[in-house]
Amino acid sequence: MQLKSRPIPPPSGDKRWRIVEGTMRRHGYQSHALIEVLHTVQESFGYLDDVALRWLAQAMRLPYSKVYGVATFYQFFTLKPQGEHTCVVCTGTACYIKGSTALLNAIETSIKIKPGETSADKKVSLLTARCVGSCGLAPAVVFDGAVAGKVTPAQVAERVEGWAKEEAKAVAVGEP
Amino acid sequence: MTIEELREIAQKEREKQGQYQHHIHVCTAAACLSQRSDQVKDALEKEVQARGLGDSCQVKSVGCLGLCASGPLLTVEPKGQLYQNVQPDRPEDISAIVDSLAGPPAEKLALSPELPFFKEQKKIVLENSGKIDPERIEDYILAGGYEALLTALTEMRPIEVIEQITRSGLRGRGGAGYPTGLKWGTVAKATAPLGGTKYAICNADEGDPGAFMDRSVLESDPQRVLEGMAIAAYAVGATRGFIYVRAEYPLAIKRLRTAIKQAETLGLLGNSIADTTFSFKVELRLGAGAFVCGEETALIASVEGKRGNPRPRPPYPAQEGLWGSPTLINNVETYANVAPIIRNGGEWYASIGTEKSKGTKVFALAGRVKNTGLIEVPMGMRLRDIIFKLGGGIPDDRKFKAAQTGGPSGGCIPEQFLDMAVDYEHLAEVGSIMGSGGLIVMDESSCMPDVAKYFMDFCSTESCGKCIPCRVGTVHMHEILRRVTSGEAKPEDISLLERLCETVKNTSLCGLGQSSPNPVQTTLKYFRDEYAAHIDEHKCPAGVCEMKKPESPGSEEPKTKPAEVGA
Repeated sequence: MQLKSRPIPPPSGDKRWRIVEGTMRRHGYQSHALIEVLHTVQESFGYLDDVALRWLAQAMRLPYSKVYGVATFYQFFTLKPQGEHTCVVCTGTACYIKGSTALLNAIETSIKIKPGETSADKKVSLLTARCVGSCGLAPAVVFDGAVAGKVTPAQVAERVEGWAKEEAKAVAVGEP
Repeated sequence: MTIEELREIAQKEREKQGQYQHHIHVCTAAACLSQRSDQVKDALEKEVQARGLGDSCQVKSVGCLGLCASGPLLTVEPKGQLYQNVQPDRPEDISAIVDSLAGPPAEKLALSPELPFFKEQKKIVLENSGKIDPERIEDYILAGGYEALLTALTEMRPIEVIEQITRSGLRGRGGAGYPTGLKWGTVAKATAPLGGTKYAICNADEGDPGAFMDRSVLESDPQRVLEGMAIAAYAVGATRGFIYVRAEYPLAIKRLRTAIKQAETLGLLGNSIADTTFSFKVELRLGAGAFVCGEETALIASVEGKRGNPRPRPPYPAQEGLWGSPTLINNVETYANVAPIIRNGGEWYASIGTEKSKGTKVFALAGRVKNTGLIEVPMGMRLRDIIFKLGGGIPDDRKFKAAQTGGPSGGCIPEQFLDMAVDYEHLAEVGSIMGSGGLIVMDESSCMPDVAKYFMDFCSTESCGKCIPCRVGTVHMHEILRRVTSGEAKPEDISLLERLCETVKNTSLCGLGQSSPNPVQTTLKYFRDEYAAHIDEHKCPAGVCEMKKPESPGSEEPKTKPAEVGA
């Protein structure tokens, strides 16, 4: 049943909320579009925070528990802000057979973060994926959205260290 | 849109492409794209323009050419010469390709199309893959696209369409192998609730790690899936369709969106298709990284915007599916087979394959095998031929150990079954399943208890948590396997593991739990000596597991080699 009340205004004046509202409108504020809307929020803001989830619950007329339940059920959604760069190591079978564990170890030794963590300087987030479907190029790593194939531990370490150093430079410039 | 208008479009496209003497087809599916094939295409275009060949040579982006390991790949038509590993930043590569248009093939980069990898394949699902531009519907129409849909709509009754599918012997390509014609018949007979409609869903939630067939089909030939869905919808009486696709496949999503828009513009999807009363609208739904959503009832819950929890069946989705309406759910590859069956007739399809498994199957060949990539072979091909002929064998002259099919729900097939015919029945006989088509080859550097632990880790994290056997059982099986692979296990752990396997298999709610013991059971059956070595001798024969020192003094020194790195 479609209620005739007005849409609930977004939590802040941030323009990105308009994109989210657009997705909701396109689906007629129907509850079945929840996952689509969550995708839009994550695309626009990078992660889902409590403010967003509470607003979605009101705007889509769903219990907050349901919105929270869906957001936490799916691995793709993250409730924590991500670092500036993301490194997704594929841990699918083909990549596992070809040494994705060694890649994760290399990252852990080089910048001291484990899968699911973000470095203290908020520069690099390390994630794992169940399979990115690039099994022909195993082991595969997704650096900031771009898939790289046949990655060696040395390459992955070099890449994430490069990102970590970027930060050091930026700080050096910022602090006289 | 009538069939005449469709042929007109094809004719126009034929004339347009006929202007060119040469066509360079650059693969722009995800694997080659990650090897910068888009830059290869740009560089080739520039070179062609610079040499003033712009009017005689067309550079086209196409779908997957199959041999992903040697990317970026391209072919030069009409000769059909294949080239591998063409690098955009090596100008000599680019100019060698353009030189070859008028002269002999560029030896250095040439890849013979006579290789068994290409020759032994039989392409039905992938017939357009690597030939047409996945982002242009005209190219698909030129290849005979949408003729099957228009023929079905104008010349066949729904029941006749189902008859052809039944006659073809097509079985669900998602893994379970349920006869497609039977499923369609059930949905067709079911009545939609008052004021409701029936639905056709395409399961493109290819969650099996090590499988990338559906991704390649969607990236290479998205229109074919839409056409298959539309024919299916006509046959069962559905008016709305959903494609549930993984969010991890951004390129497939983008190409599907383009494909839907183009088909709608030409009136091949939408209201009153081909001036008939048949209407069919397709929407995309993105998955969000839950493996369990490949299970049909969980997938339906997810399309409804809920947590992807499966529910008991019956009622089957064919009776009560999406929003309580009769719903047809088929896999990407199943839908991709529909149009050729309607075009060529069910008998034609049934003439391929084995007695009970008809047609072809697409496999994603990966792991420790020389030619990793996408292949399509007739059902019933010997496993040995797939791995050693098409796959080119194991690199570095290592020894074959096992082939894993069906992902976390499948099993590991040892060497003694290499001469087995690959079809639904034979795979089930050895304790594995066809699955969606991932085929991972392992050599002696893989430790089987460790592989079993890997899959159990997968299943325990991906378990939705609804039913207890799966939620608790998988965690305990994983813990036992952890003990085995770290040298802490006791001999009685194996019988406990075996009992747990049976319990989880028999009492879980959905396919995820029911099939999760498969990797453990098959490795226990065929590689028991490896388990024994871990438990009794505190030794990992493959040198993968880091074993703790045994408690009793005097026994053999445990191996502590670090995890094996890509050879």
